[in-house]
Amino acid sequence: MGEAVSLSLSRRHEVARALREFLPARAVLFDEEDTRPYECDGLTAYRQLPMVVALPETEEQVRRTLQVCSSMNVPVVPRGAGTGLSGGALPLGDGVLLSMAKFMRVLRVDARARIAVVQPGVRNAAISEVAAPHGLYYAPDPSSQIACTIGGNVAENSGGVHCLKYGLTLHNVLRVRGLTIDGEPLELGSEAPDAPGLDLLALAVGSEGMLFVVTEVTVKLLPKPQCARVIMASFDDVEKAGSAVAAIVAAGIIPAGLEMMDRPATRAVEQFVGAGYDLDAAAILLCESDGTPAEVEDEIARMEAVLTGAGAVRLAVSRDEAERLRFWSGRKAAFPAMGRISPDYYCMDGTIPRKRLAEVLHFIAELEKKYGLRCPNVFHAGDGNLHPLILFDANNPDELHRTEQFAAEVLEKCVAVGGTITGEHGVGVEKINQMCTQFRPDELELFHAVKRAFDPRGLLNPGKAVPTLARCAEYGRMHVHRGALQHPELARF
Amino acid sequence: MTLSALQEEIRAAAARAAPLRLRGGGSKDFYGNEPRGELLDVRRYAGIVDYEPSELVLTARGGTALAEVEQALAEHGQCLPFEPPHFGAATLGGCIAAGLSGPRRAAAGALRDFVLGVKLIDGRGRLLEFGGRVMKNVAGYDVSRLVAGSLGTLGFIAEASVKVLPRPSAERTLAFEMAEAPALDAMNRWAGEPLPVSASAWHEGTLYVRLSGSAAAVQAAAPRLGGSELADTVAFWRSLREQTHAFFSGEAPLWRIAVPSATAPLELGGAQLLEWNGGLRWLRSSLSAQEIRAAAERAGGHATLFRARDKSAGAFTPLDPVRLRLHRELKRAFDPAGILNPGRMYAQF
Repeated sequence: MGEAVSLSLSRRHEVARALREFLPARAVLFDEEDTRPYECDGLTAYRQLPMVVALPETEEQVRRTLQVCSSMNVPVVPRGAGTGLSGGALPLGDGVLLSMAKFMRVLRVDARARIAVVQPGVRNAAISEVAAPHGLYYAPDPSSQIACTIGGNVAENSGGVHCLKYGLTLHNVLRVRGLTIDGEPLELGSEAPDAPGLDLLALAVGSEGMLFVVTEVTVKLLPKPQCARVIMASFDDVEKAGSAVAAIVAAGIIPAGLEMMDRPATRAVEQFVGAGYDLDAAAILLCESDGTPAEVEDEIARMEAVLTGAGAVRLAVSRDEAERLRFWSGRKAAFPAMGRISPDYYCMDGTIPRKRLAEVLHFIAELEKKYGLRCPNVFHAGDGNLHPLILFDANNPDELHRTEQFAAEVLEKCVAVGGTITGEHGVGVEKINQMCTQFRPDELELFHAVKRAFDPRGLLNPGKAVPTLARCAEYGRMHVHRGALQHPELARF
Repeated sequence: MTLSALQEEIRAAAARAAPLRLRGGGSKDFYGNEPRGELLDVRRYAGIVDYEPSELVLTARGGTALAEVEQALAEHGQCLPFEPPHFGAATLGGCIAAGLSGPRRAAAGALRDFVLGVKLIDGRGRLLEFGGRVMKNVAGYDVSRLVAGSLGTLGFIAEASVKVLPRPSAERTLAFEMAEAPALDAMNRWAGEPLPVSASAWHEGTLYVRLSGSAAAVQAAAPRLGGSELADTVAFWRSLREQTHAFFSGEAPLWRIAVPSATAPLELGGAQLLEWNGGLRWLRSSLSAQEIRAAAERAGGHATLFRARDKSAGAFTPLDPVRLRLHRELKRAFDPAGILNPGRMYAQF
C-alpha cells in the first residue's frame, strides 16, 4: 500500500513536471485543495480526485498536453463547465483532467452568414448574447445554459425545451475543430453544407469526450422569432394530458416548446418560484408558439381548440412577455425546486415513444410504492424525453441504494417500450450498466471499434459511455439473480 | 427475402473477399465513383414497418420505394422535411445511403438531421441496431447518422426510422429579376430574418424564393418581399430537385459545389444555378477538376463531380491524411473484408 502511494506520487510529479515545461505553474494543479473543485461534475454522487488538472489557454498548449499524456500513457478527461448530469467529466485518479474553461473567446460572429465561431469554453447563453444585436440567437437551450459551455454541449449533444422545433446541438453545429489524443489537428464538418466523406461530425457530437478534444466550434445562428406566447393547459388526468400532446402534433402543429409537469412537480416548484401554476390539475402542459405576430395568433387559437377538445379543464395564455417568462420560470426551476423539498434528488433522462407515456407513468407510480420513494415528473412532452426526479437522502445508504434500483428499473422500462436510457444527459458513468440493456454485444463491440479508430490506446475519457462486454456479463448476471430464476446458485453465461 | 438470407449472402461474400454492390432502385448509380462488385439487389426487403403520424416517426425497410413512403406521409398531411431527390425509382435505403437533400435543406436541415435510427447489416453479416424511433437519443455513438450518406460502404441499411413533419399548409414562390451578387445578398439577408423562407434558387438573372408555412405567415411575408408570383410553385421546385430543369440537360460535366452561403459569386467558366441561399452552386463546366476544386477550397468549400462520363478525377474532394486514416479505420470496423461498395466513395476504401 505504502509503495503504491509513493509510486503514484512520483507519477503525479513526473506528469506535472512534463506539463510545466510549457504550461505556467498556475495552469498545472495537483495539490488536493486545488484539485478538489474538479472531483465531480453535475452528478455529485460520484467523486474522484484527478491526479493532475491542466488548464491550457491556447490550442498549442492543448496539443502539447495531449502529446505528453499520450507519450506517458496517461488517460485524459476533458471538462467544460462541469454541469453535466451523467458523470461524463468524472476524473480518473491516475489521469489528467483537461479543463477547457479558459477557452472563453468568441472568435467571430458573421451576421450575414448567420454563424458564430467560438472557443469551447464559451457559455451556451453567451452565444445568444453576442448574436442578439444582429437579431440572431443560438437555439439549443439546456436548462443549465447560463453556465454550461458549448464544448460540453457538443460532447453531450445537449437539448433543451425547444428542440422539437429547433433541434439538438447536432442540428445546430456546423463544424468543430479539435485535436486527436496524439495532438493531430482535425476538422469535422464545414461552413459549407455536406462536408465530403463520412459524416464524422455526427459521430463526434454526443461522443462524450471519448474521440477527440474540441478546440473550436462553429454554430448556426437563427433569426430571433418576433414574438412568442405560451399556453398553460390544466388536465385532471395525466393520461389526458399525454393524449393532448399527440392531438396537437396530429393537428399538424409543431410547438416551439411542449412541456408537461405532474402535480407533485408543480406543487414543488410553485412554493419555490410562484409561477402561477394550477395546483389542482393532475398535470399541466406548457405549449409555446413563436414566429410573427400573425403566425402566433393563428397557432395559439388552433392549439387552444385542440387542447380543449382533448379535455383540458383550464387554459391560460400568456398576455405579455413577463407572464410568458413566469410560466416558464417554474419549468426551468424544476430541478433546484426539488433540492428544496428533498435533501437529494436523482434525475433520470429516458426517452419513450409518446404513445407509451401513460404506461410508463403508471409504472413509475408503482415503483414509488415499491421503493417507498417519491418521484415527481417533468417531461419534454413534445419529444418524449422524461425527467422523473427521485427524491431521496444520500446520507441514508439504504435510500441511495433503493434510488439506484428505482432508476435502473425506469431506464430499462424506457428501453422495453422502444425508447432509450438517455435523451440528452449522456451515459457517462451513471448509465453505463443500462447500456448493456439497450445494446447487444455486437453493437457495443462496434462502439469500441469506433473509439479505437480515433483513440487506438483508449486514453481519452476511458471507462465512460460504453461498457466492456465483461462488465455487461457481470451486470447481466446480477439481473438474473434479482429475477425469479430457478437454482440461482448455478453459474450461467 | 429475409434478413437472415441477406446476412448469409454478405457473410459468404466476406468469406470469399468478393466485393458486393448494394443497390436499391438504381436511381443513383451515377452518383459517386463507379459501382463495382456482384449486384446485391435489396428491393425485395421492403415495406413500411411502423408509421404513427402523431409520433412524427416513420420506420420502413431499406428496399421500400421512396414514392411509397412519401405517399403514406402525404395521406396524413406529413412529409420528409429534407425533400430528397428521387432521380427515378428510388428506395428509402438508397436515399439515406446517398444522403442527398433537396430544396428545403437550408431551411429545414439535411437528410442526416432527420435520421433517428437504423438497422444495419455490416460487412461481417452482423445485424446491428443504432438509434431508435424517438427524437432524442444520446446513448452510444450516433452511428445511424454516420451511415446517412455513407454510400453503402459501412453496411446495408435494412431498416430506417426517420423524423417526419407536417406539410406546410400554404406555399408560394416569388420571382425577382436580379443579378447574382445582389441575389446572394438578398437570400442571405432574408435567411437572417424571421421569414418563412423554405427554399431559394438563382439562375440566369432570376431569384426564386419559396415561402412555406401557415397561411397567415405566408400571407404576411409575401408583400414584404415583393417580386412577382410564380404560377406553378410545385413544378418549379420539383424540376430543380429532380434535375429535369433545362439547366441540367446536355453533356457538360455537372459539378455540385458547396460553399459557405454568403460566398461571393464564383468566377468559373460555365453556367451556374444556385440553391440553399447560395450554399450550393451547380456548375456545368469542362474546366479541370483541379481548377474547380481549388476555387471551391479557396471559398472554404468543396466540389463533387456529380454527373459526368469521366470520373477519373474522383467524385468527391479528396480527404486530408488524418481524416483519410479515420475513414479507413472506420471502414475496417464495419467491413473488415472491404467488400461493401468498395471505391464508391473514395478509391482508398
